[in-house]
Amino acid sequence: MTSTPGWAGPTALMPEPGQNARIHRFSGAERTLHWLLAVTFFIMLGTGLALFVPRLADVMARPVAKEWHVNAALALAAGVVALFAAHWHRLRATMRDLDRFDRDDARWLFGWSRLWRRTPAPAQGRFNAGQKLNSALIGGLMMIMFITGGLLLLGERNTRYRFAGTVIVHNWVTWILIALVIGHLYMAMIHSPTRHAMRGIVVGDVDRDWARRHHEKWVDADTAERPATSTPESALPK
Amino acid sequence: MDNPSKDRDPQVPREISRSDFPVGRAAFFGMIAAGIGAIAVAPSLSGKVNRAAALAVPESVSDAVSGGGWRIYNVAPPMPTFSPATYALEIGGLVERPTTLTWPEVAATPGDEQVSDFHCVTGWSVYDVAWEGLRPKAIVTMVKPRPNARYVTFFSLEAPYVDQITLDQFLLDDVLLARTMDGRPLKRVHGSPLRVIIPQMYGYKGVKWLSGIRFDAEPGLGFWEQRGYDVNAWVGRSNGIDA
Repeated sequence: MTSTPGWAGPTALMPEPGQNARIHRFSGAERTLHWLLAVTFFIMLGTGLALFVPRLADVMARPVAKEWHVNAALALAAGVVALFAAHWHRLRATMRDLDRFDRDDARWLFGWSRLWRRTPAPAQGRFNAGQKLNSALIGGLMMIMFITGGLLLLGERNTRYRFAGTVIVHNWVTWILIALVIGHLYMAMIHSPTRHAMRGIVVGDVDRDWARRHHEKWVDADTAERPATSTPESALPK
Repeated sequence: MDNPSKDRDPQVPREISRSDFPVGRAAFFGMIAAGIGAIAVAPSLSGKVNRAAALAVPESVSDAVSGGGWRIYNVAPPMPTFSPATYALEIGGLVERPTTLTWPEVAATPGDEQVSDFHCVTGWSVYDVAWEGLRPKAIVTMVKPRPNARYVTFFSLEAPYVDQITLDQFLLDDVLLARTMDGRPLKRVHGSPLRVIIPQMYGYKGVKWLSGIRFDAEPGLGFWEQRGYDVNAWVGRSNGIDA
């Protein structure tokens, strides 16, 4: 896909392909939230496996693993609350972007035939339908982990909170989260059409051409709403 | 390619559209509700899920990952290391013949086998575990408890872990001092070289790395019982769990 010379208005400022114009995708609050989740997730995964897998039981002393596991969960919870308190408007807008599915999203999710017909995917917003669904599921699963983990802790102190199913659900969700995160890492680091997205979550902006291929409606809306500021000054053609 | 959105009205804010549906929050809250509901049904589904997973995942892989469903607890890391040369099982207290067995003596004592389920108080279970080891009757015959001995206290190489059951409970038919598990010598994580197996009670009664057995007249609290767990840890009938 190329830029569209001749399109009136803001697009007159669109650089030619290859000129590496960027578009801002993730705010500092969003990136902080993402990396807080990433770091605490892997601490909880590592210490959780040390608590769970007999072969790893000797790698780390159980009380130490448990302390890190619980503290990482508390740090994540506190960090999420603090970030939402400090950046409420920005993150509420993110939540809305993730929450809302339109007809293109439905076509994106259910249009499996494009895989063999090789037809283009329906145009997507800042997040595609798969990313929206993934974030909702990860969020829900993390809440289940928080609830079941909290029950396990409470159950050690009071039998009223001890249920036979708690630890089983905590385990099941672990395997589901591992599968989702492996898919996420594959898309972010290996799959060549999508791995450019990593740039967005690291430094905040992505190539406009790439964004137009994957998130066309978002680029169009961004162009229409903020023509002069959406592209860094340095990247604008002279 | 044509730009498909060239006729889009840029004045319409993108968040507001009749064709938008709050699917994300539905998935989020639906997932949470499903997870909470799963706590209730998980115990009855767990066996089926594990069997389905066993079909999909090779046994060697699932064993490496999950260790056959076991979770390893120890209270005073690192775990004790068994040394055949220095190991000693002290059996004493209110008995006619206090005895200390070396590992070769423990290994040479005739044993018995059983297949039983193992239940942890935290909710996980391992089914059909094959154990081999010494029956309590062999110990009792060896040391001859006095008539006032009513309790049996188990000590671990992992001090301060300790637990106690009554002599009657000790003499239940399916209590075993296990030295092999699933046909192989007990592994370190499972309490090598010797651990107590009481299938009718939760696992915290089954002292691992067994180093001593003492016959007592008075009751005493075990490691977890001092922290509020039930003394009589019957599976399904204790610790707030009703079968």
